[in-house]
Amino acid sequence: MSKILEHLKYAESHEWVKVEGKIAYVGITDFAQHSLGSIVYVEAGNEGDQVEQFAVFGVVESVKAASDILSPLSGTIIEVNQEVIDSPELLNENPYEHYLIKVEIADEKELDNLLDAVAYAEVAK
Amino acid sequence: MENTAKKTILFDEHLKHGAKMVEFGGFLMPIEYLGITEEHLAVREQCGLFDVSHMGEIAITGKDTLAFIDYLITNDIVNAQKMKMTYGLLLYPDGGVVDDLMVYKYSDSYCLLVVNASNTDKDYAWITEHQGNYDVEIINKSSEYSQLALQGPKAVEILQSLTAYPLNELKLFDFDEFLIGKQKFLVSRSGYTGEDGFEIYGDNEDILSLFKVLVEEKKVQLCGLGCRDTLRFEAAMPLYGHEISQEIDPISAGLHYAIKLEKEDFIGKQRLVQIKEEGPKNKLVGIELLERGIARSGYEVVANDQKIGEVTTGYMIPHSNNCYAMAYVASEYSKIGTEVLIRIRKNLVKAQIRNKKFLNKKYIK
Repeated sequence: MSKILEHLKYAESHEWVKVEGKIAYVGITDFAQHSLGSIVYVEAGNEGDQVEQFAVFGVVESVKAASDILSPLSGTIIEVNQEVIDSPELLNENPYEHYLIKVEIADEKELDNLLDAVAYAEVAK
Repeated sequence: MENTAKKTILFDEHLKHGAKMVEFGGFLMPIEYLGITEEHLAVREQCGLFDVSHMGEIAITGKDTLAFIDYLITNDIVNAQKMKMTYGLLLYPDGGVVDDLMVYKYSDSYCLLVVNASNTDKDYAWITEHQGNYDVEIINKSSEYSQLALQGPKAVEILQSLTAYPLNELKLFDFDEFLIGKQKFLVSRSGYTGEDGFEIYGDNEDILSLFKVLVEEKKVQLCGLGCRDTLRFEAAMPLYGHEISQEIDPISAGLHYAIKLEKEDFIGKQRLVQIKEEGPKNKLVGIELLERGIARSGYEVVANDQKIGEVTTGYMIPHSNNCYAMAYVASEYSKIGTEVLIRIRKNLVKAQIRNKKFLNKKYIK
């Protein structure tokens, strides 16, 4: 059973979002890291990039394969978490502790398109 | 739709030990247990155990056994030593590869061919089709055999603790039949990892018992097909469907050591002679990435703003930050040191042609 945190929002494509005012932290879920296996490489765009809801902004790669990561919300990347770029294995160790990007949210209404913990638990089975 | 993939005798054991299973070559096989990275390291530093029961075994027996195999494959089997394995390729007349295989030469009238799982039925049909007037019998024995691979620097010590057979006398590519515990197995000093080790064939039930002893008593790390691929890649061994295929001849693949053009005849020889004279259009090379990125199978190799080749296999080598690939590139770009680019998604990443010696092999000869 993969771990799902109560207070986060989720995309069906297995990214999580934590909202603090106008800022969203975006990461990948426990289900995602478990399905991928050992993560060895991460790309997560650049500061200043515009991202669109449910469009690709980066990639996580395990030994075996590359998987796209989608942005759960539209907006502007205001920070890429360099710690994760340098040590991708952190995403296996604790996926909810380590965000990939911080996004300045363009449209808060888009949050309604995301899943809560209960709905996401149905997806992450 | 019902899943028609076959199960090896070890299927329940894999589940019991927490394997992630995938379909490969028509079989449900473990891709990993603990994780590809850990399993890769276990084989390089200690020992790992693989279920490779999906591999196919085809026996050739009869008066013309050697002459027939000599006509089928690129390598020389008539002059090969008895109780030695020989690597060779089955070719189409146009030089494309039907399969690559190992020939276990027992005697002048009995050989066992070990072939890729996904190609077993195709190979059996191909071999049978070309029997002509050769006085041989061709028997597909794949369902009678199960196979384990015990690989790594500690493999010899572990196997020796289970048999009285003097393993120091079994050198690289030698094989013999002997008792491990109370059962008899076919054992060769060989593998697909670049490490010292053994490939062990036996009756299905005997393999199941040996597997349990190796895992439960000897505590050998279980390894899946995931690290089998990273290990064989690092040792620059070809995989059918990637480095060789129906579309790729073995000269372009650089498998010269397995091709004996001086032999009187074999299927595909004429075309290989021609390719050798003209020089292959593309060559298999090693590539090292000079910038961040992992080159995967199918990615384009680019130079002078055009596609000059394609990656066949690529990885970030477990426990390193080295990103290497094997790729076919147009021969004029195959020189070591040539700078090229790899198209990784939207980006062009700098890379350089290098030799394929990613790993220093540690075989016992």
